Amino acid sequence: MAMCGIIGVMDRKRRTMDGSGIRQALSMMNERGSGEGAGYVAYGVYPDYRDCYALHVFFDNIRENKIIVDAALEQWGTIEHDEAIPTYDQPNLRSVHTPWRYFFKPDPSLAPASTSPEDDIVSALVMRINTARRGALIFSSGKNVGVFKAGGWPEDVADFYRIEDYEGYTWLAHNRYPTNTPGWWGGAHPFNLLGWSVVHNGEITSYGTNRRYIESLGYICTMYTDTEVVAYLIDLLVRRHDLDLDLAVRALAPPFWEEIDRMPEAKQEWNRALRLTYAPAMMNGPFAIVAADADTMVGFTDRSKLRPMVVGECADRLYISSEEAAIRAMEPKVESITMPAAGEPVIGRVAP
Amino acid sequence: MTIGSLPPRYRISIDPVRCMECERCIENCSYGVFRRDGERILVNSRNCTACHRCIACCPRDAISLEEQPCDYRSHPLWTREAREAIYNQARTGKIILAGMGNALDYPIIFDRLVLDACQVTNPSLDPLREPIELRTHIGKKPAKLDLRRRENGDVELLTPIAPNLRVETPIMIGHMSYGAISLNAQVAMARAAKEAGTFMGTGEGGLHSAIYPYQDRMIVQVASGRFGVNIDYLERGAAIEIKIGQGAKPGIGGHLPGEKVCEEVSRTRMIPQGSDAISPAPHHDIYSIEDLAQLVRALKEATEWKKPVFVKIAAVHNASAIAAGIARSPADAVVIDGFRGGTGAAPRVFRDHVGIPIEAAVASVDAKLRDQGIRNEISVIASGGIRGSADVAKAIALGADAVYIGTAALVAMGCRVCGNCYRGLCPWGIATQRPDLVERLNPDVASEQVANLIHAWTLELAELLGAAGINSIESLRGNRDRLRGYMLDESLMQVLDVRQVGA
Amino acid sequence: MAKQVAIDGNGVHYTPLNQQIRKAVADGADEIVISNVLGQRFIGDGLRGNITIHIHGVPGGDLAIFMSGPTIIVHGNAEHAPGNTMDAGKVVIHGNAGDAVAHSMRGGKVFVRGDIGYRGGIHMKQYEDRCPILVIGGTAQAYLGEYMAGGLLLVLGLHGPIKTREIGSGIHGGEIIIRGDVDDACLATGATKVPLTDEDRARIAPVIREFAGDFGLDPEPLINVEYTRIIPASARPFVGKYTWE
Repeated sequence: MAMCGIIGVMDRKRRTMDGSGIRQALSMMNERGSGEGAGYVAYGVYPDYRDCYALHVFFDNIRENKIIVDAALEQWGTIEHDEAIPTYDQPNLRSVHTPWRYFFKPDPSLAPASTSPEDDIVSALVMRINTARRGALIFSSGKNVGVFKAGGWPEDVADFYRIEDYEGYTWLAHNRYPTNTPGWWGGAHPFNLLGWSVVHNGEITSYGTNRRYIESLGYICTMYTDTEVVAYLIDLLVRRHDLDLDLAVRALAPPFWEEIDRMPEAKQEWNRALRLTYAPAMMNGPFAIVAADADTMVGFTDRSKLRPMVVGECADRLYISSEEAAIRAMEPKVESITMPAAGEPVIGRVAP
Repeated sequence: MTIGSLPPRYRISIDPVRCMECERCIENCSYGVFRRDGERILVNSRNCTACHRCIACCPRDAISLEEQPCDYRSHPLWTREAREAIYNQARTGKIILAGMGNALDYPIIFDRLVLDACQVTNPSLDPLREPIELRTHIGKKPAKLDLRRRENGDVELLTPIAPNLRVETPIMIGHMSYGAISLNAQVAMARAAKEAGTFMGTGEGGLHSAIYPYQDRMIVQVASGRFGVNIDYLERGAAIEIKIGQGAKPGIGGHLPGEKVCEEVSRTRMIPQGSDAISPAPHHDIYSIEDLAQLVRALKEATEWKKPVFVKIAAVHNASAIAAGIARSPADAVVIDGFRGGTGAAPRVFRDHVGIPIEAAVASVDAKLRDQGIRNEISVIASGGIRGSADVAKAIALGADAVYIGTAALVAMGCRVCGNCYRGLCPWGIATQRPDLVERLNPDVASEQVANLIHAWTLELAELLGAAGINSIESLRGNRDRLRGYMLDESLMQVLDVRQVGA
Repeated sequence: MAKQVAIDGNGVHYTPLNQQIRKAVADGADEIVISNVLGQRFIGDGLRGNITIHIHGVPGGDLAIFMSGPTIIVHGNAEHAPGNTMDAGKVVIHGNAGDAVAHSMRGGKVFVRGDIGYRGGIHMKQYEDRCPILVIGGTAQAYLGEYMAGGLLLVLGLHGPIKTREIGSGIHGGEIIIRGDVDDACLATGATKVPLTDEDRARIAPVIREFAGDFGLDPEPLINVEYTRIIPASARPFVGKYTWE
């Protein structure tokens, strides 16, 4: 990724917003994109299936490829419902895939050794189906969350899915200027695995290290682009290693040794341990990232702050974006605008 | 006459116009090339080893050296070396002993790998204004951390962290024993290691008291001969290294000839003066991987689990599986010594034909450890033929945490890589115990030169990292995406896990 | 009065066991009695001090490895490599021991009342005033004194003649002395038999007396009997193997 524009918004009281606002905000940053990819993720979009994993799939060909996914899912649980994701032809968007959604309940008794059997089954299915490359790509796999993305300009992608028809309390969106995999829908942001979704601006120069690390722990990178590892790293650190989100972010964008050397002894000790243990998870190069799960939204930049990030607050709403203008497009009455320090996470949590 | 005289390897000539007969060449040549005959200085080129000491000492540049002035009929198979080995063995019936690293013309993989730099899509960093971190920690790391938040918000570390060596630059000096090299050479390098914030190996020669001031920078070696090893030695070192094998001679032991076992060497190695110091091929308490784990534990137990323990193996065909076995012991680091690694003496047939290149070995070790999900839990040190900062960067991108240099440090002290170390006559005072020759090496000057070398490479590494948009060395480690293969074959690129240039 | 410390080794891992031993030494104990030892390796690893440790049970491998000073008395058998790379001190085993007994021992004594396994005394070495001594009451298996570079290796054959093969394979220092005659066919390359001189006998007599004393034996029948002395054919076994490139 090179330029790209990102924006995230969260309502801490879980009051939902439809997609028109973020559509508007994202299109404010069209200078940052190239019309080759855009995407949205919304939390709270499937209240009727809140207990099911919502699997969004790009099929190359419904007739040939769908039976494989059906079979795999039925082997590991129950498909409560599935349907085509409604789409609406756009003159400037060439539809190369058929987006589909499954509402899936894994059978926990099939992964008895696991402490989180349902998550493990779903994440393994995602990895397996995506690596098989049989014309099916699962690009969204959390509960009550949905990723909507495609190759095209933000407005066209939004209109393709009629994003304004969806209601979510947390939204992330991304406007892409690709350098790695232009045009490929799978390469568009947001990237999602289970609960976590990520949008990213920048290029991760440590990608080769990060990818090899995460793949050695059972994840498989299938999207040909660097952002994917961020979703997996967050899943690893937060879900599997049980680190607090701010500590996970600190592992990804740690303080410089010089700063650590100046810390008081005890703090030095755990910061050093964090850098040693998670050295291959550390992300290098310029980046601004906004990630979210059902309860949290976090924004952070690389430790040298080579990409922009602006934070806005307005009543219960937290905004994180590449540009202030995008925030103001969504919320003209924004109360405060700040710029967080490098490597320091901005974390918002919804009320329980 | 059957074989007769062979063509001389080198021809030394003195320009009579330039020569002022100062006799420095006579004094300096320990191989007996020069002698005075009346008004002239006579030359016996057959004794020459191309050590260049005479050339370096001649104040008038009067001496010139020509390599292979009279060659054999050229032949691609029956090279000069092949023919001369036969003449030698036909005459003696013995094993040919050789020095320095692999002398066969294998392709050098490092030279067929190119590094990456940033253009547009991300900024390159300027080490002058941006911090570029080269600090590396060698030692065991936990697989995951248990960090708990106290009520007051402080973070508490619940995972015990094993002792690690903190190296300020990923360039360490490998093991060259006192005995194989002179004390002045060892002191010089130890001082340089301290100065550069790095570490150095003792080799299997014990720890001479002159090195005690730098002991917190020394990695003390435990090899199959156990020379110089006692509890005092183990406690003095910053870390302990079990040497299983050496890249220059995988699968065989070593021996220091009795001629080199002078009084001081005898005291340091704890063996009688003048007797051969024989290191058996295997450790006789290690016949299997679990025995290695046992020795690692014995060393840790002896030092109360305060010292990292490394295990060094030669890069052999199955190095990756062996390294994975080592990683499952409590060992903190595995050192892989490639087939270009240097040596004071090794049978030529081993030096030139046994083992694999470090580039492939490191790549496969890193990959195997990742396959098993334990790569970050153990450090990997690459050695054997590291010639410059680019080799360091490439070795790290292929998966090493740090490198050991050996020959490069000797070259920084004047060594000309003549490869006659086993003769004990090193005119540079490096690979010799003859007091008059040892005296030639000034440890003050030599240590500065070695420190300069490490400093210069460190600066270059920071520049290379910055250009690649990376501000910390761990983001280069195993980052094969930042390498491309140039004129490497497909199967080798698969082993190295790199793509070809242009891809 | 001698200060004695008792440690129950039942189920204790070797690290805490050694920690207790180190603490007792630091606290000035003269004697430690460890009961219920079963398989703990590395007992006395790198231990210094002037202390006697009694071990009841079967200690694991590498007993007294890197040890420098103490005396360890094992009331039972020992596993492989007791006295490994030991520097000084003494190990007395009232039973048998495994392979590679006294591996690379540089100083001190290892006395085994019974038999030992393969490669006993391998690469023992001496220098200056340090001379390791390994005495075996019973017999030893093959490769006895392999690579031996110094010290004294004495086999008393209390249960009958020695039939060990490959004795002194690669020996280049020290001596192997075996009670009775040794068939030439049992010697390995590099080892050679020489007669035991009166001086030699005078030299080993105090060692035999000390051994007998430790195990409550009568030394006299062991002193003036036939012994075979095996020494290196050369201190430089590799000279002549190589030619220069």
